Amino acid sequence: MTPLLELSGLTKAYPGVVANDDVSFRIAPGEIHALLGENGAGKSTLVKMIYGLVQPDSGTMVLNGVPFQPASPHAARAAGIGMVFQHFSLFEALDVAENVALGMENPPPLRDLAQQILRVSTTYGLPLDPHRRVGDLSAGERQRVEIIRCLLQDPKLLIMDEPTSVLTPQEVAILFDTLRQLAAEGTAILYISHKLEEIRTLCQNATILRRGTVVAECDPRERTAQDLAELMVGTALTAPEGGGRETGAPLLSVEKLTLPPSAAFGTMLKNVSFTVHAGEVLGIGGVAGNGQDELLATLSGERPVPPGALFLEGRDIGTAGPTVRRAAGLLAAPEERLGHAAAPEMSLTENAVLTAVVRQGLARRGFLDWRAATAFAERVIAEFDVRTPGPAHAARSLSGGNLQKFVIGREVLQAPRVLVVNQPTWGVDAAAAAAIRQALLDLARDGAGIVVISQDLDELMEIADRFTALNEGRLAPPQPMAGLTMDRIGIMMGGAHDMEVAHVAE
Amino acid sequence: MDLSSINPVLLLASLMVAATPILLAAIGELVVEKAGVLNLGVEGMMITGAICGFAVAVESGSPALGFLGAALGSALLSLVFAFLTQVLMSNQVATGLALTLFGLGISSLMGQGYVGIKPPGTPDLDLPVLSDLPVLGPILFSHDLVVYLSLGLVAGVWYGLNRTRAGLILRAVGENHDAAHALGYRVTLIRTAAIAFGGACAGLGGAYLSLVRVPQWTDGMTAGAGWIALAIVVFASWKAGRVLLGAYLFGGIAVLQLNLQAAGARVPVELLSMSPYLVTIAVLVIMSADRSRAALNAPAALGRSFHAAR
Amino acid sequence: MIRLEPRREPSRVWAAATPVLAVLATMVAGGLLFAMLGKDPVLAIRTIFWDPLFHPQFASYSRPQLLVKAGPLILIAVGLALGFRAGVWNIGAEGQYIIGALSGAAVALALYPADLFVLFPLMVIAGALGGFLWAMIPAILKTRFNTNEILVSLLLVYVAEQMLASAALGLLRNPDGGGFPGSRNLRDYPAAHNAEIFAGTGMHWGVAAAFIAVIFAHVLLTRHITGYHIRLTGQSPRAARFAGVNPARLVILCLGISGALAGMAGLFEVAGPAGQISIDFNVGYGFTAIIVAFLGRLHPVGILLAGLLMALTYIGGELGQLMLGLPAAAIQAFQGMLLFFLLAGDVLTNYRLRFGRTEAV
Repeated sequence: MTPLLELSGLTKAYPGVVANDDVSFRIAPGEIHALLGENGAGKSTLVKMIYGLVQPDSGTMVLNGVPFQPASPHAARAAGIGMVFQHFSLFEALDVAENVALGMENPPPLRDLAQQILRVSTTYGLPLDPHRRVGDLSAGERQRVEIIRCLLQDPKLLIMDEPTSVLTPQEVAILFDTLRQLAAEGTAILYISHKLEEIRTLCQNATILRRGTVVAECDPRERTAQDLAELMVGTALTAPEGGGRETGAPLLSVEKLTLPPSAAFGTMLKNVSFTVHAGEVLGIGGVAGNGQDELLATLSGERPVPPGALFLEGRDIGTAGPTVRRAAGLLAAPEERLGHAAAPEMSLTENAVLTAVVRQGLARRGFLDWRAATAFAERVIAEFDVRTPGPAHAARSLSGGNLQKFVIGREVLQAPRVLVVNQPTWGVDAAAAAAIRQALLDLARDGAGIVVISQDLDELMEIADRFTALNEGRLAPPQPMAGLTMDRIGIMMGGAHDMEVAHVAE
Repeated sequence: MDLSSINPVLLLASLMVAATPILLAAIGELVVEKAGVLNLGVEGMMITGAICGFAVAVESGSPALGFLGAALGSALLSLVFAFLTQVLMSNQVATGLALTLFGLGISSLMGQGYVGIKPPGTPDLDLPVLSDLPVLGPILFSHDLVVYLSLGLVAGVWYGLNRTRAGLILRAVGENHDAAHALGYRVTLIRTAAIAFGGACAGLGGAYLSLVRVPQWTDGMTAGAGWIALAIVVFASWKAGRVLLGAYLFGGIAVLQLNLQAAGARVPVELLSMSPYLVTIAVLVIMSADRSRAALNAPAALGRSFHAAR
Repeated sequence: MIRLEPRREPSRVWAAATPVLAVLATMVAGGLLFAMLGKDPVLAIRTIFWDPLFHPQFASYSRPQLLVKAGPLILIAVGLALGFRAGVWNIGAEGQYIIGALSGAAVALALYPADLFVLFPLMVIAGALGGFLWAMIPAILKTRFNTNEILVSLLLVYVAEQMLASAALGLLRNPDGGGFPGSRNLRDYPAAHNAEIFAGTGMHWGVAAAFIAVIFAHVLLTRHITGYHIRLTGQSPRAARFAGVNPARLVILCLGISGALAGMAGLFEVAGPAGQISIDFNVGYGFTAIIVAFLGRLHPVGILLAGLLMALTYIGGELGQLMLGLPAAAIQAFQGMLLFFLLAGDVLTNYRLRFGRTEAV
């Protein structure tokens, strides 16, 4: 079969790093082709070249037998390429129809467009109300906006960048049905992911990238997940060692916490209750935007809560701010590394002071002890294998994985009673992720209580003792992780968020 | 005090004239802010427009050319701001302040030879039937063209922002510049165009002050009008129609306090003179107190720098 | 083709070099401006930057003026810089300066003709308090109602100017002044006079206060946790909240300090160099201090140097008026230009210039 798109020898270098080195592969019409690789392997750069956002330094692309060199996304769209971004290219204050129109070359008037959106979205089992404001939609619905935007232009090739990271298992099933239907109609799909099981279920071919080069091409259905993982990472990975832990007394308990959202498009926490015990890892799953940030902010003390809702070792700490909570032993590491957990322009020493000033005694009568702060930062760097020339360097100069190790290490080394982390390994390479998970398990073994908020179900299944999930600000009652089925987990996450009702194939 | 000396018809008629400079500057700034750029240099652009317009009108004898020169001069100055903030990614707050300080200096320098001169008059419209209507005629139909131009501009901006694709793209850029870039829109170019438009509008507003409202040239004659225009954009929650309301409300207060001063009201003159500023502050407080609404309407990317990452 | 490429870390070399480059670029551009005005550019630049210090005839007069003019600029700019560092934009220092002067002078004039040792300290406190309270208006509106402090603090300048006019014509008018506007001259009122500490140097109490403020701010920013919180909030407001900073308290603190310092500057000026409350005793130090703060990189020691340099341009500008007939406004445009060049140069701190299409590996 003649390929729809053929890439040969694509190379793109940035100062200090070759993002893509001589990458070649081909995609046939109707094929679902996986692009597999770790964070930083060069997947994004590659698809940005296909979508016209980035121009290759060398190499060629051929689309339908014609040389293809899109100078801009407009050109790529005109040539029949559609792309669904991982970080949605959506505008929260605008409605669905306006968002769709912005991604089209020659959109019809908005009223006609709304009709088309209704029609196409029901055809593919992804119903959408064209007049709703995108800021009010769930993550799954937002993804639909992106998909519909592409489908309205009859793409020959649809690029999907990590599409399932915002979906519940049930929603993933619906998406896969849609993608298979599209493929059957002849649309080629380039499916980018690092989730191996998904790729084995969905894709017919896989190109595996490591550090910018193609290390293998294979039929993922014929390989084990372990094989694929080793190809992707380059070495055999060992699962974190979590044995030898005993669950002790309750440490942190949240009781019937209800809190209105603090920002526009925020989530309200509704009647949230849970308890974490010493030596235990509590996993909190859920799709992005269901109250994760709000829950972390209430636990870290950024948003104090009314009395009677939050207790640490029996003491009501709801009204206390972050400093008091840290002194009492409740530490936290938010999701956003740059700008929340750490100040990008500040040095690692200054970032160590950010949360460690109280428990490490880095200030005397308000005056900072920079020597002690540097020593503490150096300890974090050494014990957590943070790759940096030294603590005087700015946080933003570190790679994502290294900065995350620093952030987690900064909290772990303060010997917390309870540590709350949000997305501890998001966007981090596999080796760093394994080290971070191991550190969390070690901390639990030493008797701390750990709360891991994560959208990565594989991660929670690996390290959590008990599991619960956030869904529209509500928290399901925690269950022991062992014995939970994927189906049950999916229902705790909100199932298909009422989307399955409308799922009509054809 | 002799309140009977205040003629309500003349009061309302002069209200439109008093409001026009601020209306022009505010509607321009609205477009700039909708594109996600905070240009605090409105005051500097207005005063530059005031002297450019004045000088061109005096030298050419044509007020129309004067307004054109004002729009061009201020747009040119605003491009300095655009270059700094869009290409060199400088801090928008600081650069806007620099624009104001520089504008005040350069205008005063340019205005050296124009102090005490009378500009050529800008003719009022004389519409055959409408202008002769009792009450409504003098209030609505006897102004100069620029007053109507400013109203047309408000309507045009409303239509452009809400009903055209270009307006949709502009709003999208102001909402989320990364997403707009990912979809292939030229964020920097669109913002630069918006800034230049805002500069031209501020220039027209300034020229209206020096050519019609006052009409003469004095140093620092804008006296905070640019800042009030910025406040009116906030008051209007970034909506074109409400910019009109805000500017006319402000025009009303400005005219009323002048009339009260002239009528010899038993209120200190200084208190009357500061009233427009105090009212502006009060209105700002009322508008911003409702946090959720303020956040919903403000362009989400307002004031943030954009650099196309890899 | 020239492209900008983000640096992994801000360059310290460029951060320090930019002000120097900006001054040089301003000299060139300013020279062009003066040439357009029909003046000899080299002579004009020399008159502004060199003659105030070394001119055989005028230097003895203008050298002390350097401190007289730099004092208020530095005092105000140090306070503003603390706020700017925290992302709190007080641009109404001119208003706080006026209110500070009014409050301080009012104390002295109310007690006229007192011969109290504590009068001058009382005036300083009243001046600081006046500026502080005036700055509390935007601060409280910001923290209570989320009102933009930039607009409120600026609009209050115009309100303060009207209050100044009212005071000069009414409440504080010199009863023995024959009906002319303006207050009694504080220089003829020994207990209230902000005299030079060392005669002939220009060093009055305001200059001393400015030096103390520089040291205080430097220690605060580098050694104290509050200074750390100020820097953190400006760079990363969310990280600051995570660290436990109360943003409202910081807004109050920054506006309060800058208001109090501006108010003190106003008092020192009115009780010394200006001498009396008059309709236009303020000459825009509150606005020029914004340039000084940026030119000094929002760093206290940098502000000290920048304040001296800016004072030099003021004196040089006056000298230029006298000797070359340079328009007074030219120096204002010159100062605005300096800020433009400075902000433009800042890009080099965070970005690297790349020439040509080929990209380095």
